[in-house]
Amino acid sequence: MILKTLFSQLFTKPATNRFPAKYMPKSVLGFLGRVQAGKATLVPPVPVPPRFRGKIAYRREKCIGCQLCIRVCPAKVIEFLPEAKKIRMHVARCTFCAQCVDACPVDALAESPDFLLSDTDRSSPALTVE
Amino acid sequence: MAETQNVYEIPIGPIHPALKEPIRFTFQVEGERIRGVDIRAGFAHRGIEFMAMKRNLIQTLYLSERICGICSISHPITITLAVERAAGIEVPPRAQYLRVIYSELERIHSHLLWAGVAAHELGFDTLLHLTWKVREQVLDLLEELSGNRIDYALPIYGGVRRDVSPEQTPKVEAMVRYYRGLLDELLDAFLRDPSVEARTRDVGILTSEEADSLCAVGPTARASGLSKDVRQDRPYLVYGELGVKAITPRDYGLEPRGDVYDKAVVRLLEVAQSLDLIETCLYEMPEGEITSFPKVPALLAYLKKVEGEGLGWHEAPRGEVIHYIRLEAGVEEPIVWKVKAPTYSNLMSWVPMFRDQEVADIPIIAASIDPCMCCMDRVHVVRDGSPATVLKEDLLRLSRAKTERMVGGSRLSASGPRSTAHGRRTTDNGQRTPDHGGGL
Ligand code: SF4
Ligand code: SF4
Repeated sequence: MILKTLFSQLFTKPATNRFPAKYMPKSVLGFLGRVQAGKATLVPPVPVPPRFRGKIAYRREKCIGCQLCIRVCPAKVIEFLPEAKKIRMHVARCTFCAQCVDACPVDALAESPDFLLSDTDRSSPALTVE
Repeated sequence: MAETQNVYEIPIGPIHPALKEPIRFTFQVEGERIRGVDIRAGFAHRGIEFMAMKRNLIQTLYLSERICGICSISHPITITLAVERAAGIEVPPRAQYLRVIYSELERIHSHLLWAGVAAHELGFDTLLHLTWKVREQVLDLLEELSGNRIDYALPIYGGVRRDVSPEQTPKVEAMVRYYRGLLDELLDAFLRDPSVEARTRDVGILTSEEADSLCAVGPTARASGLSKDVRQDRPYLVYGELGVKAITPRDYGLEPRGDVYDKAVVRLLEVAQSLDLIETCLYEMPEGEITSFPKVPALLAYLKKVEGEGLGWHEAPRGEVIHYIRLEAGVEEPIVWKVKAPTYSNLMSWVPMFRDQEVADIPIIAASIDPCMCCMDRVHVVRDGSPATVLKEDLLRLSRAKTERMVGGSRLSASGPRSTAHGRRTTDNGQRTPDHGGGL
C-alpha cells in the first residue's frame, strides 16, 4: 500500500505549496526586489480561511480609549496614549488571540488576513499599529 | 558477579539530536543492553503558574494555551472547567458539544503528529512525511474553525468563542470521511508493516501492573491494557452522554503487551474513536448560545467577585491533565494555579520501559509515551534547606555575577547596561513600550 502511494507521488504535484518561489532563490531579499520590479513572479501563499486571525486592524477614529483591550491582552501588546486617548499596538508581541477584538465595545479592532509580518526591526512601521 | 565492572554510564541530553525537548537520561549500559536509567527533568521550566499570579483570568487563559503547543485546546478547556467549577458558571449545551469537537480534533492531530515522530525515530522518514501530509487536513480544518493552525484561542470561561457555522459543517464531515477512508492505509503502514513491527514489538514494555503502580495515564496506560480514560472514568462536558470507552489493544483483537507497537495501536484506534465522536457531536449538537457571557467586561466583573477553588480535568491526547485554581474575591489574578500535565504522570514509566532494552531503541522508547517536557517541568530551589522563589531578575543577576567571576570581574561591572540587555526602549512620547522588560 505504502509503495503504491510512493510511486504515485512521483507523478503528482507536491503536497506543499512552493512559496515564495518554485526553487529557493539565492537571496530571498533579492528575489523579492525582482518581484517588485516586475522581473519575477511570486508563487502566492496558501489562501487563508475567511475568519483568519491575522494582524489586528485598528480603526483609530472609532476608538473611545476605554482600555478594555489593554486589560484583556495577554501579551501586553497594547500601549495607551494618554494625550490622544488612543492606543498603539506592538504587533511583534501579538499572539493573535483576537481577545482584544472580542473585548472592544465599539468594534474599533478587527481580525485581518495579514500574516506576512516578518521583519528585522520589531518596531518597524509595519509592526506598529496606531 | 563481574557484571558491575562492565556497566558504563552514558548520559543523553539535556540537548541531544534524539530528543525533541530537553531532559537528561543517564543510562547504565552493559554492552548494548540498558541496565538502568536515571532521569532528570527541569530544563525547560518557564514559571508559567507564577506568571499567572500577575495576570487576570482572561490573560491567564491564553497563558494556559501556551503551556503546550500541541495541547492548545486541552489546557484552556481544563482551566475553564476549573474556573467554572470555582465560580459556578454554567456552560450552554452547544458550547459543551463544541468543546468536545475541538478537543477531539486536537486528539487527531496530536496522535498523527506522534505517529509521524515515531516513524522518524524508527528511521522510517518516508512514513513520517506521509503521516504529516495527511495530518494537514485536520490542521486546515482547525484553521478554518478557529482562525489559526495552532493556538486556537477557542475556549473561554462560560463557553467557546467560535461556533461551527452551517457552511463549515460540510467541511468537518469531509474531514471525517477523509480520515475514515485513510485509516486502513494508516493501520496498514504502521501495524502490518514487517519492519515497523520488528522495531516495535516487545520493545519498551510496560506491564499492566507497572502501569498501574506507576500511575501511568493516557495511551501509555491503555497500551498496557488498563481501561483508564478520564472521559470514561470521570465524565465531564458531554462525554458521559457520548459514552466514551477507553481503547486498549484488545479493541484491535490483541492481548495487550504494553510495548511500543501497542502504543501505536491505541493511538491509531483513538483517531477512529475521535472521528466517531466528532460525527456524533455534529448531529446531536443542540442549537443555542455558545457562551453564557457574550460580553467580556461582564465576564471580567463576574470573575473578580468569585471566591473559591476549583479543579478541572480533561483527557488530553497524552493523558489526564489537571488544573487547580484558587480565586479570591476582589482579586483579578488567580491566587494559586497548579497544572499537572500528563507527561508528569508518565515520566516514571520510562524506568521499567528502558530496562534490558538496546541502546538503539532509546529514541523510540523515549518517544513512545509522547513526552512533552516543558508542559510538566518543575523546578525546586532549595537554599539553606528552605524553599525560595527565584525571579527572572534574580536569575539575571546571578548569571551576571557568574560571568563576572569567570572573566575576573575586569570588563563587566555590575552597573552594566542592564536596561539594554533587556531591550528596553523609550518611545517618542517618553513612555516605555509595554513589552520589553515587562517579562513576568
Ligand atoms: S490579538 Fe491577543 S495578543 Fe494580539 S493585541 Fe489582541 S489581545 Fe493582545
Ligand atoms: S477596547 Fe476598543 S475602544 Fe477601547 S481602547 Fe481598545 S480599541 Fe479603543
